[in-house]
Amino acid sequence: MKEKRKTTNAGNGQKTAAGKKGGLSRQAKRDLVAYSFIAPNFIGFAVFTLVPIIFAFALAFMDWDGSNAIRFVGLANFIKLPQDTFFKAAFKNTIIYVIGTVPLTMIASLALAIVLNQKIKARGFFRTVAFFPYVASLVAITAVWGMIFHPSKGPVNYLLLTVFGVPQNELPKWFSGSLVLFTLILFSVWKYMGYYMVIYLAGLQGISAELYEAGSLDGANTWQKFKYITWPQLRSTTFFVVVMLTINCFKVYDIAVMLAGGGDGKLSTSATVLVYYIYQNAFNYWDLGYSSAIAMVLFVLVLIITLIQFRYEKKLES
Amino acid sequence: MSAEKEKKLRSKRRNAVIGKVCIYAILLLITAAMVVPFLWMLSASIKSNREVFLMDPFEWIPKVPKWDNYIKIWTKIPLLKFVQNTVFLTIVVTCLQLLTSSFAAYSFAKLEFKHKNALFLAYIATIAMPWQVYMVPQFIMMRAMGLNDKLLAMICLQAFSAFGVFMMKQFYDGIPIDLCEAARIDGMSEYGIYAKIMLPLSKPALSTLTIFTFVNTWNDYLGPLIYLKTETKKTIQLGLKMFIGQYSAEYGLIMAGSVLSLIPVIIVFLCLQKYFVEGVASTGLKG
Repeated sequence: MKEKRKTTNAGNGQKTAAGKKGGLSRQAKRDLVAYSFIAPNFIGFAVFTLVPIIFAFALAFMDWDGSNAIRFVGLANFIKLPQDTFFKAAFKNTIIYVIGTVPLTMIASLALAIVLNQKIKARGFFRTVAFFPYVASLVAITAVWGMIFHPSKGPVNYLLLTVFGVPQNELPKWFSGSLVLFTLILFSVWKYMGYYMVIYLAGLQGISAELYEAGSLDGANTWQKFKYITWPQLRSTTFFVVVMLTINCFKVYDIAVMLAGGGDGKLSTSATVLVYYIYQNAFNYWDLGYSSAIAMVLFVLVLIITLIQFRYEKKLES
Repeated sequence: MSAEKEKKLRSKRRNAVIGKVCIYAILLLITAAMVVPFLWMLSASIKSNREVFLMDPFEWIPKVPKWDNYIKIWTKIPLLKFVQNTVFLTIVVTCLQLLTSSFAAYSFAKLEFKHKNALFLAYIATIAMPWQVYMVPQFIMMRAMGLNDKLLAMICLQAFSAFGVFMMKQFYDGIPIDLCEAARIDGMSEYGIYAKIMLPLSKPALSTLTIFTFVNTWNDYLGPLIYLKTETKKTIQLGLKMFIGQYSAEYGLIMAGSVLSLIPVIIVFLCLQKYFVEGVASTGLKG
C-alpha cells in the first residue's frame, strides 16, 4: 500500500512535470497559432512592402540605371535637386495642390455630412449620390470633365460665353497655364468629398443626442450648437480626415496626368507634381537614384506634416 | 408680452422653414454637381461625334441614339480581354485581402504572443508611407523575381496592404473578448473561433474593406501602368486610357467605354452600401 502510494506520488510528480512541460509548450504552441494567423499577410507584406521601403532609402544615395553596376554617390542626388527647375515646379505645384485641396475637401465633406445627418427625405439616395464620384473610375470621369470643361467646345465655357457674356478670347483654358492647378483642386474636391463625408457621418453618429438636447434647453442656436457641440466632439474625426487627406493629396499623380496630360500623358511645368517626376526619372530616364531622392523628399514632406498634425492634436487633447 | 412671445415663436418657426429650404437647396445643388457629369457621360455615349458638343439645341437623348457605340467599342480595342484581366485581378486581390487581413487582424486583436507590438508597429509605420515612395524599388525587385509584365505582380502588390489589417483589427477590438473566452472554454480552437464567431460578426467591416479594395483595384492606373506592358495583359483603365490617347476625338466611343467600366464598381457598391456607414463607424476609420 505504501509502495502503491509512492508510485502514485511518483506518478503525480511525473504528471506535474509533464504538465509544466506541456504548459511551456502550450505558450509556444499559442505563439505558433498566432503566427499562423499572421503569416499569410505578413510574408506578403514584408516581401512586397517592407523590403522595397528599406531599398528605397538606400537607393536615394546611389547612382543606378537598373542594369549596370550600382554605385554609392552619397548626397549627390540631393545636391542636384535645388538646381532642377522641373523638380522645383513639381514641388511648388504639389504644395499648392495640397494647401488648396485639404481644407476645401474637409469643409465640403463636413458640411455635406451635417446636412445628410438631418432627418430629410431621400437621405439614402443623397448619400449614395455623393459617394458616386469616389467609386467611379478616374479614367472615365476625367474624360467627362475634359469634355465638360473643354476650352472651345465644352458646355461650361458655352454657358460663360452665352449667359455670362465672357468674350470668346477670354474664355478660361481650364487645363493649361495658371488655371490648371485650380481645376485639379476643384476636381479633387468633387471626387473625394463623398468619401470623407462617410467618415464624418460615422463621427456624427457617435455624438450623443443628449448633448444637443441640453444645448436646446440652454437656448443655443444652430451655429452655437455646431461651435460648442459638433465641432469639439468631431475633433478626432477631423484629425483623422485631415491626416488622411494630406497623405492622399501628396500622392497626386493620375488626376494630373489624366486631366492635364493630353494624349501622351506628358505634364508641363505648370501642372507637374512630385510623383510624376518620380515616375519620369525612374521609368523614362532610368535614373533610379535621382528618382528615389525625389521620393525621399515626398516622404519627408508627408512625415513632417503628419508629425505636426499629431503634435497639434496632442496639444488640443491636453 | 404674449404678443412678443408669439412674434418670437413665429420668427423661430420661420427660421426653421428657411433652414429647411436652404438645406434642400444646397442638397439639390450638390446632387446636380455630382450627377450631371454622369448623365453627360450616358448622354454622350449614345451620340455621334458631331452631336456631343452640340449646344443649340442641346438634347440629353439624341433623336437617333447611336446604340452601336456600345458594340463598336468592343471591336476597336480588345475590351473583352481588358475586362477579363481586370475582373480576375480584382476578384483575386479582394479575396486575398479579405482573407489574409481578417486572419492577421484576429491574431493582433485577440491573441497574446511574442513580438506582437513590434509586428503591429511595422504595419502602422507603413500606413503613412505613400506607395509612390517605394514603387520604384518595388518594381526593380519584382523584375528581378521575373514578375514584370505579369498579372501576378499586381496581385502581390495589392493583396497584402497594411490598411486592411489595421482596419480589421480596429473592428475586432470592439468585439468583447468574453465571446472568445467562452468559446475557448468550450474547447473550440482559435481557427474555429475565427471562422464561427468572428467572421459572422464582421459583415460591416468586411463589406467596407471589400468596397475599398474592389474600388482601388478596379480603378488603379499607376500600378498597371508600371507593370503591365503587353496589350493582352492590360486592365480596363489602361485600355481605356490607351484608347483615349489614340482616338481622342471619338467622344461617343470613349463615353461608351467609360460607362461600361463603371458598371461593376457601381453594382458592388450598391450591394454593400447598407453596411458601409456602419462599417466605417465600427472600424475606427473615423479616428
